[in-house]
Amino acid sequence: MKAFLILEDGTVFTGTSIGSRREVISEVVFNTSMTGYLEVLTDPSYSGQAVCMTYPLIGNYGVCGDDQESLRPWLDGYIVRELSRMPSNFRSQDTIQRFLKRYDIPGIAGIDTRALTRKLRESGTMNGMITTDENFRLEEVLPKIKSYRTGNEVELVTRSEPEFYPAGMQESCIPDGHAMAVREVPADWEGNGQGRQGKKLRVALLDLGVKENIIRSLQKRGCDVTVYPAWTSAEEILGTHPDGIMLTNGPGDPKDCPNEIREIRKLYESDTPIFAICLGHQLMALATGSDTKKMKYGHRGGNHPVRDLSTGRVYITSQNHGYMVDTDTVDPSVAVPAYVNVNDQTNEGLKYLNKNIFTVQFHPEASPGPRDSGYLFDRFIEMMGGNK
Amino acid sequence: MPRDLSIKKVLVIGSGPIVIGQAAEFDYAGTQACRSLKEEGVEVVLLNSNPATIMTDKDIADRVYIEPLTVEVVEQLIRKEKPDSVLPTLGGQAGLNLAMELEERGFLKEQNVRLIGTTALTIKKAEDRQTFKDTMEKIGEPVAASLVVHNVEDGIAFAEQIGYPVVLRPAYTLGGSGGGIAGNREELVEILSNGLRLSRVGEVLVERCISGWKEIEYEVMRDSAGNVITVCNMENIDPVGVHTGDSIVVAPSQTLGDKEYQMLRTSALNIISELGITGGCNVQYALNPESFEYCVIEVNPRVSRSSALASKATGYPIAKVAAKIALGYTLDEIPNAITKKTYASFEPMLDYCVVKIPRLPFDKFISAKRTLTTQMKATGEVMSICTNFEGALMKAIRSLEQHVDSLMSYDFTGLTAEQLLDQLAVVDDMRIWRIAEAVRRNISYKKIHEITMIDEWFIDKIAILVEMEQSLKTQELTEDLLREAKRMEFPDYLIAKLNGKLSEADVKALREKYGITASYKMVDTCAAEFAATTPYYYSVYGGENESLPGHARKKVLVLGSGPIRIGQGIEFDFCSVHATWAFSKEGWETVIINNNPETVSTDFDIADRLYFEPLTPEDVENVVRLEHPDGAVVQFGGQTAIKLTQALMEMGVPILGTSAKDVDAAEDRELFDEILQQTQIPRAAGHTVYTAEEAVRVANELGYPVLVRPSYVLGGQGMQIAINDEDIVKYIGVINRYTQDHPILVDKYLEGKEIEVDAVCDGRDILIPGIMEHIERAGIHSGDSISVYPARSLSDKIKKKIEEDTTKLARALHVLGMINIQFIVYQDEVYVIEVNPRSSRTVPYISKVTGIPIVPLAAQVILGHTIRELGFEPGLQPEADYLAIKMPVFSFEKIRDADISLGPEMKSTGECLGIADTFNEALYKAFLGAGIRLPKYRNMIITVRDRDKEAMVPIARRFAALGYKIYSTRGTAADLNACGVRALPINKIEEQSPNLMDLILGHKIDLVIDIPEQGVEHAHDGFVIRRAAIETGVNVITAIDTAEALVTSLENTDSRNLHLIDIARIDRRGRV
Repeated sequence: MKAFLILEDGTVFTGTSIGSRREVISEVVFNTSMTGYLEVLTDPSYSGQAVCMTYPLIGNYGVCGDDQESLRPWLDGYIVRELSRMPSNFRSQDTIQRFLKRYDIPGIAGIDTRALTRKLRESGTMNGMITTDENFRLEEVLPKIKSYRTGNEVELVTRSEPEFYPAGMQESCIPDGHAMAVREVPADWEGNGQGRQGKKLRVALLDLGVKENIIRSLQKRGCDVTVYPAWTSAEEILGTHPDGIMLTNGPGDPKDCPNEIREIRKLYESDTPIFAICLGHQLMALATGSDTKKMKYGHRGGNHPVRDLSTGRVYITSQNHGYMVDTDTVDPSVAVPAYVNVNDQTNEGLKYLNKNIFTVQFHPEASPGPRDSGYLFDRFIEMMGGNK
Repeated sequence: MPRDLSIKKVLVIGSGPIVIGQAAEFDYAGTQACRSLKEEGVEVVLLNSNPATIMTDKDIADRVYIEPLTVEVVEQLIRKEKPDSVLPTLGGQAGLNLAMELEERGFLKEQNVRLIGTTALTIKKAEDRQTFKDTMEKIGEPVAASLVVHNVEDGIAFAEQIGYPVVLRPAYTLGGSGGGIAGNREELVEILSNGLRLSRVGEVLVERCISGWKEIEYEVMRDSAGNVITVCNMENIDPVGVHTGDSIVVAPSQTLGDKEYQMLRTSALNIISELGITGGCNVQYALNPESFEYCVIEVNPRVSRSSALASKATGYPIAKVAAKIALGYTLDEIPNAITKKTYASFEPMLDYCVVKIPRLPFDKFISAKRTLTTQMKATGEVMSICTNFEGALMKAIRSLEQHVDSLMSYDFTGLTAEQLLDQLAVVDDMRIWRIAEAVRRNISYKKIHEITMIDEWFIDKIAILVEMEQSLKTQELTEDLLREAKRMEFPDYLIAKLNGKLSEADVKALREKYGITASYKMVDTCAAEFAATTPYYYSVYGGENESLPGHARKKVLVLGSGPIRIGQGIEFDFCSVHATWAFSKEGWETVIINNNPETVSTDFDIADRLYFEPLTPEDVENVVRLEHPDGAVVQFGGQTAIKLTQALMEMGVPILGTSAKDVDAAEDRELFDEILQQTQIPRAAGHTVYTAEEAVRVANELGYPVLVRPSYVLGGQGMQIAINDEDIVKYIGVINRYTQDHPILVDKYLEGKEIEVDAVCDGRDILIPGIMEHIERAGIHSGDSISVYPARSLSDKIKKKIEEDTTKLARALHVLGMINIQFIVYQDEVYVIEVNPRSSRTVPYISKVTGIPIVPLAAQVILGHTIRELGFEPGLQPEADYLAIKMPVFSFEKIRDADISLGPEMKSTGECLGIADTFNEALYKAFLGAGIRLPKYRNMIITVRDRDKEAMVPIARRFAALGYKIYSTRGTAADLNACGVRALPINKIEEQSPNLMDLILGHKIDLVIDIPEQGVEHAHDGFVIRRAAIETGVNVITAIDTAEALVTSLENTDSRNLHLIDIARIDRRGRV
């Protein structure tokens, strides 16, 4: 069946319908990762967006349940050049085609994804509609498309109740570091510590749209993790006296989260060590007086170079954000830039002064993408007084 | 870290002659790196024994030495030029080995010269099997169970402990020379003893066999600050067991999830960090297809064939960046030359799929085993880019120029189901065609996978192509079907053929009607995330066209020469690149089409626009329709480009330079005969024939021996000397195996002195840089002959005659640009053998040794300049006062069962140069450069056919005088002894031990001189002897003149005090 992607500027791409036949309007963004399509599909940060994969061959290795970053896909629409008709991988349990149908996610295949990407690059992120209705009338649909606005997506994707995740290696962590059949799995596959002696650390994690691998990354470093819904009050969290607080990634415009910002301000004022990623990083900045702004077309992919300003080292990072902290608005008595994007010099992380807090824009939990910055979780462990 | 300003003068070591496993990719990398160094104001001293390279141009380096790559030469060069640093990572394994030896001798320290780009410790950690294994264990990277052995006994013991099959990998060899998989004890003994001998340090790794696992490669880079990135990963469609150079490879990996991808990526970065590499590195993995188990196969701490492929596949210039890193820059300081906005510290993201297919030489070596193993056999490769795998595969197949255009090109329909299943297990260059046949027969993917271990994803893609063949055969050609067929890159003529009712023109008309045309996408390193400016394009059907050429200036289309193969090598890339540069200097806009990822011509900044496309009429036409060039040049791209002449004219593209009609006149026997008559130039008598019967008749008229060859070929393909009717019938059969549109030539064979000239003609005047003379008499392909400039044995009268004939022929053929002529001087008379109105294999060599840049001259002449206007006196140029000898280099040890005897069909893969003040020194250098380092044991074997025995006696006497102990079969020994040359009789191989074979396998023989009968393989013995000798690393000579040259070189020991010559300082009259 034919499907159409209609952009707010009137551009129409004609392709084939995949997944749900449902019509959807959302923000259209592109992701340049060559692997990890399932991680992208299940990343709650894409809530409110239709994602175009720039890599043209998608679905080659099927659906491997362990790769999901949450229980379901959250994105509004999926745009690909070609879906493999026959996935092949020893872990594959299903096809992307069926996966999209099962979760009622509409999509379009067979379009020139590169042309779409170029358009988004030149014009900036745009709204678009995916539809299977051949009789659409541009003059009718364009105003609807233009007027679309993402809401408080965080409240859509966050958990409804706190959940507890005990410390330790999870089964779904298996395919992480090394050759399994050849050697024993080291408990600290991505760290360089001497093991996990001593007491467990208790981490309170505020689920703003968390990717599972953030939780797993803490669990396997010996943390008991309690995951709280986004609307949880600071008092409730601080009342449990956690060793550290983790603010996660999540979808949407950070300024759509006034309640979370308010509570995060309180967390800031406590003396609890805090580590924040992506949306968490932006919310902490907003909570401490800095400003955020929308980027032209964001950073979404697994190849962004980020310089650690304290060492000069450059790490290749996984990224997914359409908003950024405006460095010029950061009060130098509150925080200083700790990481910067080598390509466009945008802010990639802040170190808060006189606080045990640091926040990053990129994704040290990877999944998908490079694991080069996974050491940041070790730093968080140290901040909480644990063994590195 | 900014650039290290203490680096001012750098010695760059090249990789030497093109051999299998070490080919044009190092010229590409070396050229790019030298330009990158010069950009930084560094003075570059270049050493490479290969004159056909672009890196040895004086535009590329400041000082150029085309000298043998030996430790002694490097040491002498360092003393002479006093560089402060040596960059050895661009010269392949040859370069690294040299650096190691220099370091081990303490020479670098003594001279206060440092290695940049790597350290000796890094090389040792990566290259020395045991140190490598220990290093991997230290950082927890798994390697297959293995043991380094120095003798066969230890190998047997270990293999029996871990179980067969085992893989054998000799240390410090290139292209996996001497390696293999042993399934049992006998095979182990055979391969291991061979590998021990070929290894520079006499060690071989015996390792657990992981064949059948997925083979995955990562190209990674690291700078001195420790920043690391991945440029590209690649998946071999052929699982572990086939050398990656012989595998079909796809980039990026297709069947790996992010977990697997990142697991291996992290591992590769850990490895490059632990090895402390500053520059590029290639890591090869075996990945268990049923788990996350993996092991590291090997690491190449340098640029490599894979890194060249990765560079072209992603647009990321690895060699350029590696050179900058060697100067001290960090990745985040080096701008990305493609986007100009980002930096080298990022990872390329592809939004397309790349397929590489190796070009294997089995068309040249008909007797060779086609089996693919861990020993590389390919001479070159093609690459293609498309947004879908099917299209990329189809494009790559037709880029091969091996009479293949689809998955139907090899016919296996005659096999029974059982035979087909058996043959699926055969691992050779036709495997994907067999899989296609299996799919046609409805053999399940699972079954095919079980037999081949090729991932089912790829099998399904093959099936999609097979289904399309079926649809095209059985269905009406609707718009949708045509669109889909073009999306998968089915050529129009193939669609027409499958359809059966439509012609190619009909299909094309339909496409135009439906608007199904090729559009071009940019290779931009970043999947369109950033705007890029680099004009590097590939075609797809369907979608937006990004290539929007302007037409501000005159525009020339330069056609490249496709994959490197025997007979059409790197020389033609040299010519294409120089022609492009020359047109550019003349103010023209330049457009290149080529499909070879190993070459300089496909580097992103050579032409104004690069189209990475197959070189077929349809693919070229698509580019032409977009670019509307003012003309095309075909005379620089070898036969590949020449073959496109007709098609280009039909597209309305003017051919710049010599017209197509005149090219035809040179190739067409009858037209050419007219020209010879008109110019009064004699040639060996001969005729054009189409059938074997005619050929036999003509041969008998002329009298044997005769030369039989197809017209319109390069490298003497299919050319043979026939001595009787039986030979004729056999050869014609071979020639006609492939569709033959052109007639066959049968000529009287004159056993004279072969002469070659390259010249430039401006339509009136002609410039001949020099006359080259072959050491071997006519009958051995010019590419396989030792060539001497200036010609020493010709009288002034003959030289004058050659000059006159060249001028007459060039004028008669209305040559505008390059011409190459081969002559025979026979009984003081000059005969013409053939005329090629195009550039030839000897062009780079003669340009360099005379200092006359003939390719740029030819390009300027084509654009209307005259030779005089360009500052040259027409005619034969004054001779140089030194001698330059071009020595062919062979790769026979790589191709099991290839017959190594030389004849009219070319077999060499590369060449090296010996240049010196005296003939003897030049000859010595040339042999040295070709790897012949004698004497060692002073034992040799001589077997000669009867008619050469007389000629052999004085040569044998001279070897004996040098202290050589000569072994011969009884007949030859008796003859030699009768003439007073002491020779020891030895049993023939079919006789009892000890016989010839035992002698060869005993590793005490320096040299075998075996002059076989020309023609059909009469003496099977000779074949076996030659193979055994080659495979045990013994030098073999099969032509009497080569033997004489060698003994001459050995006699003149004073010639070993080598005097090094800076080619860059040769002025155009050839004086140093």
